[in-house]
Amino acid sequence: MYSVNYHRASSVADAARLLKNGDAKLLSGGMTLIPAMKTRLAAPSDLVDVSRLKDLQGIKVSGKTVTIGAATTHYDVSTDEKLKKACPALAHMASLIGDPAVRYKGTIGGSIANNDPAADYPAALLALGATIVTNKREIAADKFFKGLFDTALKDSEIVTAVSFTAPAKAAYQKFRNPASRYAIVGVFVTKGKDGVRAAVTGAGEDGVFRSKEIEAALAKNFDVAALGGLKVPAKGLMSDIHASADYRANLIAVMAKRAVAAANA
Amino acid sequence: MSDVSLTVNGKRVSGSTEDRTLLVHFLREHLGLTGTHVGCDTSQCGACVVHVDGRAVKSCTMLAVQASGSTIVTIEGLADGAELHPVQAAFKEHHGLQCGFCTPGMIMAATDMIARHPQGLDEATVRAELDGNICRCTGYHNIVKAILAASKTMSKGAKGKAKQAA
Repeated sequence: MYSVNYHRASSVADAARLLKNGDAKLLSGGMTLIPAMKTRLAAPSDLVDVSRLKDLQGIKVSGKTVTIGAATTHYDVSTDEKLKKACPALAHMASLIGDPAVRYKGTIGGSIANNDPAADYPAALLALGATIVTNKREIAADKFFKGLFDTALKDSEIVTAVSFTAPAKAAYQKFRNPASRYAIVGVFVTKGKDGVRAAVTGAGEDGVFRSKEIEAALAKNFDVAALGGLKVPAKGLMSDIHASADYRANLIAVMAKRAVAAANA
Repeated sequence: MSDVSLTVNGKRVSGSTEDRTLLVHFLREHLGLTGTHVGCDTSQCGACVVHVDGRAVKSCTMLAVQASGSTIVTIEGLADGAELHPVQAAFKEHHGLQCGFCTPGMIMAATDMIARHPQGLDEATVRAELDGNICRCTGYHNIVKAILAASKTMSKGAKGKAKQAA
């Protein structure tokens, strides 16, 4: 790891100010950033640690509205009793990230700000039609995830929370890479008052995306049977040593079926 | 350089270190606590697991300065004098190790796992929970046996100790 200057922010405003130092980066759980720095894929001049900011932590459930602080860990999301009642699919999704030690550190804000094309949270937030709250504005998930490791966030803009309306039905199914635990394909489906949304991670060349095919098939009948003839095009999907685009296309259909079955269970 | 102050195994310690120093290196090289191992150095193998503020985390994926102000328990802090912690005793009894390299991380992960499941553990749960700890001797069978045995011992009457270790 190259030399770096560490700062512990005392507030979100303090963090925004500290981010103006050189080529500074926000540090939350560090489960992606620290490994990237160790391999010198990332070399920020400064780190601004926001993981201890109380304002960024915790889960609030008020009726159907769920708000999760950006520095809330995957462990806390996966075990929160209120969330498990309001939106069990999201708690379940968080329990599938990495391993127990990683879930104790990694955070929802860090995951979405990084927008790894195989991360789980981007699929969940896109399928939930979530709103990403920053220190400057609110951004709809549909406009937030821009491409590989790319988001709508501007310089020194900090994700502070995410919020969404808990859908009537939801589930996430993931085909994990057995070594990295990242999704080779992950599909999050929801059925809410605005209809069906289905988001796919791990597969798209441009990162997370909504699947028109799955959404169209489920629009009239939210049932596994409606996905019987589902054909997902391989165009635009990744091919790598783990899986070809064709294989990923097939996995998307399989994971979608499993997710709908789980959502209806 | 930053000053790092920690409570490690009940003792207050401090030192000055580069901001890029990983917690595992601070523990091993500055404090001489070499029970915590560096295995893969890529957050996968779990040989470096220690408890930071009661949570089992990978100390190769955390800066020492990030941990400043925290309370840390390493493998050296588990035993009560000459008396082994129930998880250590179970690993000895059930031969839960072969070369022993992964053992400190396995035991730190196991104490955390047992504390999170006060109702008890079954084999499938133990195996799933060991997702982030790799034994390259592939000695999982006895590791799982040891954790199940320790979980039973600890739920019988030593609940206080389980909490303490976590």
